[in-house]
This record gives sequence, structure tokens and C-alpha cells, in this order.
Amino acid sequence: MKHDPTRLQPVPMRVLESTPENADTTTLVLDCDPSCPIVPGAPGQFNMLYAFGVGEVAISISGTSDDRRQMYHTVRAVAPVSDALCRMRPGDWVGVRGPFGVGWPMLQARGRDVILVAGGIGMAPLRPAVQAVLRERAAFGRLLVFYGARAPRDRLFVSELARWESSRELELGVTVDNGGGNWGGRVGFVVAALGQAQIDPARAIAMTCGPEVMMRAVTQHLLDRGMAASDIYVSMERNMKCATALCGHCQFGPEFVCKDGPVLPYDRIADLLTVREI
Amino acid sequence: MKSMAELIREHPFAAGLAEAHIDTIAGCAKNVVFEPGAFMIREGQPADVFYLIRQGRVATEVYSPRGGAYVLNTLGANEILGVSWIVPPYRSTSDARATDQVRAFAFDAVCLRGKCEADPALGYALMKRFVPVLVQRLSSARLQALDLFGANA
Repeated sequence: MKHDPTRLQPVPMRVLESTPENADTTTLVLDCDPSCPIVPGAPGQFNMLYAFGVGEVAISISGTSDDRRQMYHTVRAVAPVSDALCRMRPGDWVGVRGPFGVGWPMLQARGRDVILVAGGIGMAPLRPAVQAVLRERAAFGRLLVFYGARAPRDRLFVSELARWESSRELELGVTVDNGGGNWGGRVGFVVAALGQAQIDPARAIAMTCGPEVMMRAVTQHLLDRGMAASDIYVSMERNMKCATALCGHCQFGPEFVCKDGPVLPYDRIADLLTVREI
Repeated sequence: MKSMAELIREHPFAAGLAEAHIDTIAGCAKNVVFEPGAFMIREGQPADVFYLIRQGRVATEVYSPRGGAYVLNTLGANEILGVSWIVPPYRSTSDARATDQVRAFAFDAVCLRGKCEADPALGYALMKRFVPVLVQRLSSARLQALDLFGANA
């Protein structure tokens, strides 16, 4: 097997843009020109981002430019490494290993209705799936996107959401847990918004990313409406360290989330999701 | 012009409901329209009405003198507004305010409770439609209260 240096050794990549999404979340645009050994990942994959001198953390790819020369990562500042990444500015350098893992089932989704359900920062890994469908719109059926956020000010990709809202290419349902201010949109848990949508369970494929409690509720709702467990995909989050299925930090039962996931079909992990010990 | 029973039959609420039961509840129903900002239900008042929303959005709210109106959830087309009519003490637990123009079927709950008492099969059929709504809204409210999308969740 050919040794791929991008698996183990961080490649320095330049930050082109740093865009605050909300109070604690920033999107970094990395320069992915053809000379860079890091290739833009597939929707749902992740990279290990290294803030030099601070540490490394797994971050989902939140998009690529149409010409695939720019790669996006949306980072929430919750610990020293992610905080350092959020403070990066254009011209700074970040170490990158990847892309890693199994992404969203975009091939299986072709010809089917695509239901995407995101919660909080979970919108970041699902955005590339939206973009992938929109780039080849005729290859897919309906595109339904449901997004739950804590409050209007916590939504990610606000300008993109506005474009999606007015687009006929997809059906968007944004809901917040707490309204307030001038928010004129929906208030409630994201599953309630999903419940209002007409879906054809036999024709649909679903992908969800967010807190596990939310994903369990989403999955149960879709099962109750007749979807097959094998047509529902969840993106798992565990403590990814090596990202190459060697260290075992991300082990989830028999699965290594970094290699076998992060995207996994629900029927493969259904029995594990309510086991507290893992 | 369609009769009230025919209109109710077209609403998802009526799916699976016996024809005779639809005719019965239609006798307690009327069409209503609320302009944006209008209150459809007031907290603490007798729950003598429930609505099947046909069009528009409604916010259920509680009001605090300090914080103003706090929106608990919003409801839209094909949803049920007002579930307190079916369980004692038949009192509304929140305000409900139209956030845009709302068209709905309004049901006289006092009339309907009387018909349910007289026809337990009707009461059971309606209970089977309202209890899942109560459970779903309770579940949603619990998940909202967990603040799952906050940084520390």
C-alpha cells in the first residue's frame, strides 16, 4: 500500500478568509490550489486541523468552492484548539491532515428524495451535501432541508439560508428553540418542523447531523413514518485523535468513527446509540 | 359551495375518521379568519374552542411583564391549535396569536364535549387524535428545554 503522507503529517495550508458565523463559530476558507497535496474531501468527510503550537482537532468539511480550489471548515470555539482556529485570520497557516472517513451517501441518493436534518453546528457537515445536490440538481428528487438552531442569532450560513429560502430547488424549514426579537420564523424543536413535511418514505433517503439526542428523535420520527433504517444515515461524533483507526479513541462498539464513519447507516449502529457505556 | 363537513374531510385531521363522526363534529365548527397580531386563545381562559389551522402561522406564547411575550412554539397549516379543551379543567395554558393571516376551522368545544359524552366512540376517536399531539408537543418541549444546540450540550 502506497504511503500517503497527508494521513499522518499535517500539510500547511493558508487561510484565505475567516468569516464569523455567530458569537462562537467561524468559517475558515483554506487555499486548496492544485499544488496542495490535500484534496478537497467529499461531503460528510472531515480533516484534522492543527493549530500550530496548540493542538489538533477533527473538523468536518463544510463546503468546497465550485472549482474545488477552496475548502471550508466551520469551527465552533469550545476548547483551546478550536478557539485558536477561530482566531485565525487571512494569511495564517493551519496544518491539515485528511480528508478522512466515510461521507454522506451521495451516490445512493441519486434519483431519490433527499431529506437533510441538521441541528446546531451539525449544519456544517450537511452543507456540502446540499451543495452537491444543487450542483447536479436534475440527478436527485426533492431536496428537503430542516435546520434547528438554538436562536435566530445562532444560525450558521445566514446569507446562504436566505438564498435557499427563496430558491425553488429545495424546501427549507428553519426552526429555532428560542425565538424573540423580530424573528418571524418557526419556533419549536426541529422534529416538529420535519413532521409537517409531506414525505414519500419509499422514495426518500435521509441524512442527519447534530446532537445525538436530536438524531435519535429524528431517526425515530422517520422510522415511524415508514422509512427503512437502512435509508437513514447519521453522522457520529466521537473523540477523533489519530483519524486512521489506530489509537481507538473514537471506537464506537465495533466501529471506528474516524474510518468507518463519521457517516454511518442507522441500521448498523441502532443498537449502540442508547448504550451509555460507549 | 362546499359544506363544512366536506371541507373538514379535506383536512388531514379527518383522515380515518368515520363519516358519521365528521358530520357530527361539523355541526360544532365554523370558518374563521384572524388578522396578524390577533389573539386566538388567551391564557387562563376557559378552553371552549380549538382550531384546525388551514393557512397561516400561529405563535403560542406566555407573557412576562419583564420579558414580554415568550414564544413557546409556532404552528402552521394542518396543525391543531388548542388541546386543553379535551382534558379537565378545560383551561387554556398559553396565549395563541396569529403571526400572519390565519384561516382555520374553529370548533365549539362545549358543543363537542357534549357530543363526546353522548357518543363515547366519537370521544375515543377524537382522543386518539389529540393525545399524540399532546405527547409530541411534550417531547418537543422537553428537547427544547435541554438546550441541545448550546455550546455546552
